[in-house]
Amino acid sequence: MGELRLMKGNEAIAEAAIRAGCDGYFGYPITPQSEVMEYLMAEKPYESTGMVVLQAESEVASINMLYGGAGTGKIVMTSSSSPGISLMQEGISYLAGTQLPALIVNIVRGGPGLGTIQPSQADYNQAVKGGGHGDYHMIVYAPASVQEMADFVATGFKAAFKYRTPVMILSDGAIGQMMEKVYLSDPVPRRTEEEIISQCPWATTGRPPTRDHNIITSLDLDPAGQERLNLVLQEKYRKIEENEVMYEEIECEDAEYIFTAFGLSARICQKAIELAREKGINVGLFRPITLFPFPKKEIRELGRKVKGIMVVEMNAGQMIEDVRLSVDSDIPIEHYGRFGGIIPTPDEIVNVLENKIIGD
Amino acid sequence: MEEKFARPEIRKPENIVYKRTDLLVDRPLSYCPGCGHGVVHRLLMEVIEEKDIVSKTIGISPVGCSVLAYDFLDVDMQGAAHGRAPALATAITRLWPDRYVFTYQGDGDLAAIGTAETIHACNRGENFTIIFINNGIYGMTGGQMAPTTLPGMRSSTSPYGRDVDIMGHPLKITELVANLPGTYYVTRQSVQTPGAVRKTKKALRKAFDNQDLNKGVSLVEVVSNCNSGWKMTPVQSNIWMEENMFPYYPLGDIKVEGTLVEK
Ligand SMILES: Cc1ncc(C[n+]2csc(CCOP(=O)(O)OP(=O)(O)O)c2C)c(N)n1
Ligand code: SF4
Ligand SMILES: [Mg+2]
Repeated sequence: MGELRLMKGNEAIAEAAIRAGCDGYFGYPITPQSEVMEYLMAEKPYESTGMVVLQAESEVASINMLYGGAGTGKIVMTSSSSPGISLMQEGISYLAGTQLPALIVNIVRGGPGLGTIQPSQADYNQAVKGGGHGDYHMIVYAPASVQEMADFVATGFKAAFKYRTPVMILSDGAIGQMMEKVYLSDPVPRRTEEEIISQCPWATTGRPPTRDHNIITSLDLDPAGQERLNLVLQEKYRKIEENEVMYEEIECEDAEYIFTAFGLSARICQKAIELAREKGINVGLFRPITLFPFPKKEIRELGRKVKGIMVVEMNAGQMIEDVRLSVDSDIPIEHYGRFGGIIPTPDEIVNVLENKIIGD
Repeated sequence: MEEKFARPEIRKPENIVYKRTDLLVDRPLSYCPGCGHGVVHRLLMEVIEEKDIVSKTIGISPVGCSVLAYDFLDVDMQGAAHGRAPALATAITRLWPDRYVFTYQGDGDLAAIGTAETIHACNRGENFTIIFINNGIYGMTGGQMAPTTLPGMRSSTSPYGRDVDIMGHPLKITELVANLPGTYYVTRQSVQTPGAVRKTKKALRKAFDNQDLNKGVSLVEVVSNCNSGWKMTPVQSNIWMEENMFPYYPLGDIKVEGTLVEK
């Protein structure tokens, strides 16, 4: 059944979390994502579903609340924007090292430093390549619409528990702030204590006489043991790469050239496709939806069919490295980016395509 | 175990007047001989056992010498990042409101890197117990200066003694949090004599009993020795602690049932 509503991206995330049976949200205000917690506080899910909503004293605290909350086996999330996500990196690394499920939303703004509150995609590397210390990955979803902001909350929770891993929704200030219609699915009830205890035998639920005490830690002072943990993590990441890749191809069937872009940039590229096709240039869009796992195979195959790829990002060229690593054909792969909160226009994109790629 | 006792015929349940609590895992502690950490571990587990709340208890270990506390305490445990135990405990008590939650933290963990988490958890009045081992030094990393290191006290990063003009003053964080409305019980104890051990156990029991009332944080500070970090024998370290630490960190209750104790 569900329900159709007009909502901001940030609000859609909050509402989707309540409906997905989320048990706890811990956050700290930062533009352009504060509406997530504002919406939750206004909705008072702690009275309706029993979901805990808590404003922490910092992002360091909120990520460590998330870490403690994830240890209980409950469904927990946080959200922030770039500077706040930087503060969370130690905690994210602990979540990965202890193999705990949790959802982290990054509504990216321009940086470095305090930067700007305008949208950006400059946290791609931080999200996809680890960000914190040690060898780890998160599963990273890049929504391109308010609908996907809502959808990827439940998708993210599911993947987090399936693989016992932190999951990130990497969006940006524009998608967080813009209003679109969004279909919200019916609420699912929060899991009962009995369900959590049976589904999460590893969790800190209190030790009954029937089992050993559960210990959640990433510490192993024995190098052989620590290497074993790392091998387990790497095997998990390979499984994620096999099973969880998501992407979208738009007008790629007859395309001679391809835009590759995620999130907001992909939305803009769709308009650029229209403009280019009016000019007689057959161009399509390849949109990675999961940034880790990156759709390597799919872009490699496309690369064998087209004459050139243009990677459009609101950063100085981050995802392009993954595109270049994936594509094995000898075609031009160029980048176009705007930074600091400036959003590229479709005209600019088509111009660059003509000059940098087709002109080559 | 058995073979150590020459006369198994007297080892009958009815003859046992004292034994190690079963909640203390039977393995060698990682602490230096003479260190106070182990005594506090035992008292903590005795309280959990006597209250019969194992199946409802969740502990948070810190980063510090007691980082491996989860190997010794036979309750569900999660290891925090350095200083963040109160943030974990906050989430756990809120998500499992009927559980008994405790953090076990050193002075570097609680009063330096984790100061913000400590103060805000105390100020929010979270319903958990903080066990705070104040040994005036960073034991684990090799005896560096802690926020609680005494004026003039030597450490590996204050090799000529703590110069308060350069290095600042020792932080009495326990008195500080006692003044916050969210703390319900704040006390400072020690474990260097049998009498002190008994008092600390009573304090721990009170802290866990308080969790039944849901009135806010109970914080039990234990002023403890670090014979290795202080470069003394265990006996010397206890004498030094009594002569130097106790005057700066006076023992006794600081706040009881939400009210500051008049001194
Ligand atoms: C983020 C971070 N910074 C620094 C450290 C290194 N470190 C480990 S334990 C410790 C000090 C512990 O001292 P204390 O909390 O007083 O505990 P003790 O060992 O004295 O019981 C430090 C600085 C760390 N593990 N993580
Ligand atoms: S270094 Fe100090 S605090 Fe650590 S175990 Fe040894 S005596 Fe105890
Ligand atoms: Mg210490």
